[in-house]
Amino acid sequence: MSRVTEVSIGLATCGIAAGAAEVHSRLVSSLAGHGLPVKVKRVGCVGMCYNEPLVDVLSEDGTHHTYGHVTVKDVARIVSEHLVAGKPVEDLLAPEDGFFSRQVRIVLENCGLIDPESLDEYRARGGYEGLKRSLFEMTPSQVIDEIKASGLRGRGGAGFLTATKWGFAARETSPEKFVVCNGDEGDPGAFMDRSVLEGDPHRVLEGMAIAAYAIGADHGYAYVRAEYPLAIERLEKAIVAAREAGLLGEHILGSSFSFDVVIKAGAGAFVCGEETALIASIEGRRGMPRRRPPYPTTAGLWGKPTVINNVETLANVPWIVRQGAAAFARYGTERSKGTKVFALAGKVNHSGLVEIPMGMTIREIVFDVGGGTRDGKAFKAVQIGGPSGGCIPASLADVPVDYESLTQTGAIMGSGGLIVLDEETCMVDVARFFLDFIQKESCGKCTFCRIGTKRMLESLTRICAGEAGTNELDRLIDLSRKVKRHSLCGLGQTAPNPVLTTSRFFPD
Amino acid sequence: MPESTLQAGTIDELLRPFPPSPASVIPLLQQVQTRYGYLAPENLARVAEYTHAPRSRVYGVATFYSQFRLSKPGKHVVRVCQGTACHVLGAEKILDELKEMLRIEEGETTADGEFTLEVVRCLGCCSLAPALMIDNETCGRLTRKRVGEVLASWRGKDRA
Repeated sequence: MSRVTEVSIGLATCGIAAGAAEVHSRLVSSLAGHGLPVKVKRVGCVGMCYNEPLVDVLSEDGTHHTYGHVTVKDVARIVSEHLVAGKPVEDLLAPEDGFFSRQVRIVLENCGLIDPESLDEYRARGGYEGLKRSLFEMTPSQVIDEIKASGLRGRGGAGFLTATKWGFAARETSPEKFVVCNGDEGDPGAFMDRSVLEGDPHRVLEGMAIAAYAIGADHGYAYVRAEYPLAIERLEKAIVAAREAGLLGEHILGSSFSFDVVIKAGAGAFVCGEETALIASIEGRRGMPRRRPPYPTTAGLWGKPTVINNVETLANVPWIVRQGAAAFARYGTERSKGTKVFALAGKVNHSGLVEIPMGMTIREIVFDVGGGTRDGKAFKAVQIGGPSGGCIPASLADVPVDYESLTQTGAIMGSGGLIVLDEETCMVDVARFFLDFIQKESCGKCTFCRIGTKRMLESLTRICAGEAGTNELDRLIDLSRKVKRHSLCGLGQTAPNPVLTTSRFFPD
Repeated sequence: MPESTLQAGTIDELLRPFPPSPASVIPLLQQVQTRYGYLAPENLARVAEYTHAPRSRVYGVATFYSQFRLSKPGKHVVRVCQGTACHVLGAEKILDELKEMLRIEEGETTADGEFTLEVVRCLGCCSLAPALMIDNETCGRLTRKRVGEVLASWRGKDRA
């Protein structure tokens, strides 16, 4: 039996909420009691949230044993039977359930495997190689070409081509430009960005630095929502470590390129995920969107050219530069390349974080990766894309996950929230839940969103209560279309999607 | 001495590390709230003065974002998640449970000043739904029984 060298514990927010911090301290004290020279590592979220708290035991020969639902009581057995006597505790091991077998890990390649507070561990797995390659082997326009060849599209929801956005900002001649990382993950039901920031923060910084080099920016802002205190803390530590190692700051790695990042904590406003509202918030104002054009790539933060990319988009960048565009484009469909991370939750067995190649069907995600619905209840629909997305019924479960196919159903890719609904979920209630959310989060600047969503909610409430007059549903759908067409920003323009998809697929 | 007078004297040390420009309004309000738990009117005025922003603008920011509080909270703030995953897994019942146990409505503080009950849209802890956050600690997989245990373990505890 091979000797145990390392024990990892998932200490992201999800792990801690399940009790991992207590398990960690018991493990540390127990190992000290036995005088065992085993390294205990704090890692981020590997995605198997349904098995939290997770303890992974690594042996000298490279084999892993993963324990799930570990309690403080289990620690004594794991230590004495496995770490001391070398015999894995079979009845505590997380069952092998195929959760990882169909996943492709690009964005999440390090999540749950490395200590997020260790720059060395990130570098040992190829970290900052992408930045190095950009700075010393490529011109800024070659970096943009590489991203273009990869086909990477924005992972925040709309799917705009990342290289095109960078290209717009690159051709601006302003001496001052900015890169902003959008970590205002506001969709209720989404936690991909939180997990990446908590589990692999350097990856996001490296992505920002490469973007900055490509467009000629020397300042960056990471906008992270206030509900994620641990993500902010880990990112802060990563920034300090990167500065000390010469990976951020003046003359990065001895080159002529300088770039630094400041964190801005959000203050709780869903609309700030919209890029012009996010800019207003960084500038210290109420987060209200404005009309575009001009787009932020021309006039963004303080009127300067600004590229705003979502956390997941930026997390793809170092991998693409390091492995090459062709390696990335090997995954996915013709127009949607690479992978997408989903926060799988709701009435599904394997709720957690999954990364799948684009083009996989909804059914494969729910059943093959997600292990099917809980308690064997009938699968009814998935809600994808949060308040801007929609419900896709079980009858369309073979729709492939790519930007165009999802838009055709009336939903959108969205940022990655994927909530599984079963026969017990009331579809109208879900639609009303999102409408209630949007109505409260509407910033109030434009009339269609401010008053339109309010009237829609009232109408839907009457329908739910059975107090609807004649034509109530038709009027609701008519109003929905108007709000969609005439709202100022993405929040209002997509607000009717949950109502429209629900009425389309679940007319009764 | 009334508490508010005390605050006006000490807030400047919180402000000084930030540049005195309107862009600092949000981080400054966050600092003040972290220290005092809420934003007192005289502190809003001081932030306005320091950042050279009109008072109306600072007040506008303080009331726009859901993070900011204009009245004094209890010793611990309980934030119940009402996100999508929590919603479909019974978050409403958890909220009702809390209201009943604490005998307050959302946005209110218990008579003994221990707990303030707030609702939050998503804690990003969807896989452990239903979830809540007390101060900066997240608790998941809530049941009726667990809610009672969590409250009991925090009652009387000092603020982290």
